[in-house]
Amino acid sequence: MIYALLLIPAIAAVLSLIVRSNIFRRIILVTAAVSHTVITITAWNKEANPLLNGWLMLDKPGLLFLTITSVLFLACSLYAFGYLAGESGRKEQDFEEGIFFTNAPAAIFCACLLAFLTTMTLVTVSQHFGLMWVAMEATTLASAPLIYFHRHHRSLEATWKYLLICSVGIALALLGNFFMVIAASAPESNDKSMILSVLLQQGHLLNVPWLKAAFLLFLVGYGTKMGLAPMHTWLPDAHSESPSVVSALMSGALLNCAFLGILRSYQVCLAAGLGRFCQDLLVLFGLISIGWAAVFILGQPDYKRMLAYSSVEHMGILALGVGIGAGATFGAMLHAVNHSLTKAMLFLAAGNILAVYKTKTTKRVSGIMTIMPATGIIWIAGFFAITGIPPFGIFLSEFTIVKSMIEQGRIGIAVAFLAILALIFIGMAIAFLNMAQGRKDDSLQIADNPDTAISVLPPLALGALTLMLGLYIPPVVNNLLHDVAVIMGGY
Amino acid sequence: MNNAADTIMIFLVLTNLTLLGLSRLGTCIRIVAVQGVVLGLLPLLLNGWSLELHLVFFSAAIISLKGIVFPWLLTRALRDLKTQREVEPLIGYGTSIALGMVILVICMWLGSRLPLPVAAMSTLIVPVAFFTIMSGLFLIISRKKAVTQVLGYLVMENGIYTFGVALVQKQPVLVELGILLDVFVAVFVMGITMFHINREFDHIDTDQLSRLKV
Repeated sequence: MIYALLLIPAIAAVLSLIVRSNIFRRIILVTAAVSHTVITITAWNKEANPLLNGWLMLDKPGLLFLTITSVLFLACSLYAFGYLAGESGRKEQDFEEGIFFTNAPAAIFCACLLAFLTTMTLVTVSQHFGLMWVAMEATTLASAPLIYFHRHHRSLEATWKYLLICSVGIALALLGNFFMVIAASAPESNDKSMILSVLLQQGHLLNVPWLKAAFLLFLVGYGTKMGLAPMHTWLPDAHSESPSVVSALMSGALLNCAFLGILRSYQVCLAAGLGRFCQDLLVLFGLISIGWAAVFILGQPDYKRMLAYSSVEHMGILALGVGIGAGATFGAMLHAVNHSLTKAMLFLAAGNILAVYKTKTTKRVSGIMTIMPATGIIWIAGFFAITGIPPFGIFLSEFTIVKSMIEQGRIGIAVAFLAILALIFIGMAIAFLNMAQGRKDDSLQIADNPDTAISVLPPLALGALTLMLGLYIPPVVNNLLHDVAVIMGGY
Repeated sequence: MNNAADTIMIFLVLTNLTLLGLSRLGTCIRIVAVQGVVLGLLPLLLNGWSLELHLVFFSAAIISLKGIVFPWLLTRALRDLKTQREVEPLIGYGTSIALGMVILVICMWLGSRLPLPVAAMSTLIVPVAFFTIMSGLFLIISRKKAVTQVLGYLVMENGIYTFGVALVQKQPVLVELGILLDVFVAVFVMGITMFHINREFDHIDTDQLSRLKV
């Protein structure tokens, strides 16, 4: 089953490079996405067998993050089906500066998307720290060409920053890997492999100073990729310059995979009795990220960058939730799901807006509701969802985290957290509402209703899912989230 | 104490300091290549020159990659790009070396704070690996050109690799090869991106990649 999860997108990636017909290539993309999701859903019912001496296994945390990735990829591939029909290989005029550029060929785009899915799947199923590192670096390499889809100098700049900053960050995580090997090489332990379950069993034998240093390196290394401030500098550029499908995938799926990397090392630290040390670090980085994002969201002139900074904020909330522990751990896991769904929905809607208005400047967009009502509704609903207004899922997860903070008597953190969230709400409200309402610009020449089923239904479906999670969490999902929270030292 | 291992470590320190003070790009590439070759010999040396198949294969892979493929890729990029063959530092050469010395002292101190739970071949390994990593990072942030940033990344990788080979003997082959493959592809993709940067901007000065702000 795990082999199928890895091989289907990998083979599809190769196929999409070979195939000549454009429409056939897009069918391959969607077929691979659908089959990947179907297999992931069967994995919920039937536990997959461990493979390669336990190197590959789908445990509870892996299953959770795999499901997020798979569902998002399905929605994005459907959206890309419509998107690629008009975009690939075309010569275009740049919106912002009027320069001409071409888009990358669809073959490369599809192949990289599918390779990206393969590598993210590998991250979620690897139980061996070394293998997970290899997969994590591979996600960077597979996604770099995706950012450079629009071939102009701004996307090139974003690609360079992404490649270099993430590669350096992940290199630090490799050092963390080596530190962990040293921490595990106590003479008493008989099995010195780097497989997660082995490390968890021998937690008490691990060397504490080296393990602490290892966790710090993992946090900084994978934190770079996850977008925790102050290592997040590549993120706003990459998210704003890449096509919206790619931004949605990176924000919703890739950042979560990097978070899984941090969680894995956190699991080992918990087994070694270092929970407190790690939690304090996670709280610190979480608060810095949320605060930093708030500063840049207020008065942000570019709406895609605003969404990118909002991702930094929500990654901070994930780190904060796990750092607070107890009930907040469940909140953080639920938040990971909600944030992915909501943010992907918003980025896809932003793609629709960008296609019509041809600008990323917030001020030059107004009257979305009148021009493209369906996208307008998604945009407004997405705004309410992302800022944590009930009845959307993010409200529930943020509420759970705050409740746990108050129960543990960490009032100071709770107050700071709520105050920053209020600031972010104000910052986003001004931008989003002005864009959705107001009169449409008469100079804008557009067709009657630019909304099409393929551009509206995927984000709408994602929005419906997060709405459902706010009102009712199905027992299966609830159980999984609880199990993961217990594994991560909470409940 | 193992004399050969110590010699290699001291050699690493010297090459790092040289890199910090060098102005010619071509020479920098060659020095990083020599570093790669010496590091490639490290796993053989640490196992007392026992010619096990796995070790020899691994050494050969590292030497051919770090000693031949990377320098060749970078030299080619340099030739095609027709850029000026100078490093163009943001921080001067003298200051760079002085800062390098400060970093070296800090790394020595850090190495003494983290005693190894296992016996190592040389007490210099931990501080020197740290120093190499820090030198790489320093090169990345203090030099203008994209090529030098890739070189910095490679030096940093060399440092991490020193650490890995010297202290972590039992890495599975699959992981070792995966890491090498990743680094190879990373440098390759960076090379392609550099080519595009040059075509787009007519230079590879990354300090002018600054349109995306706030």
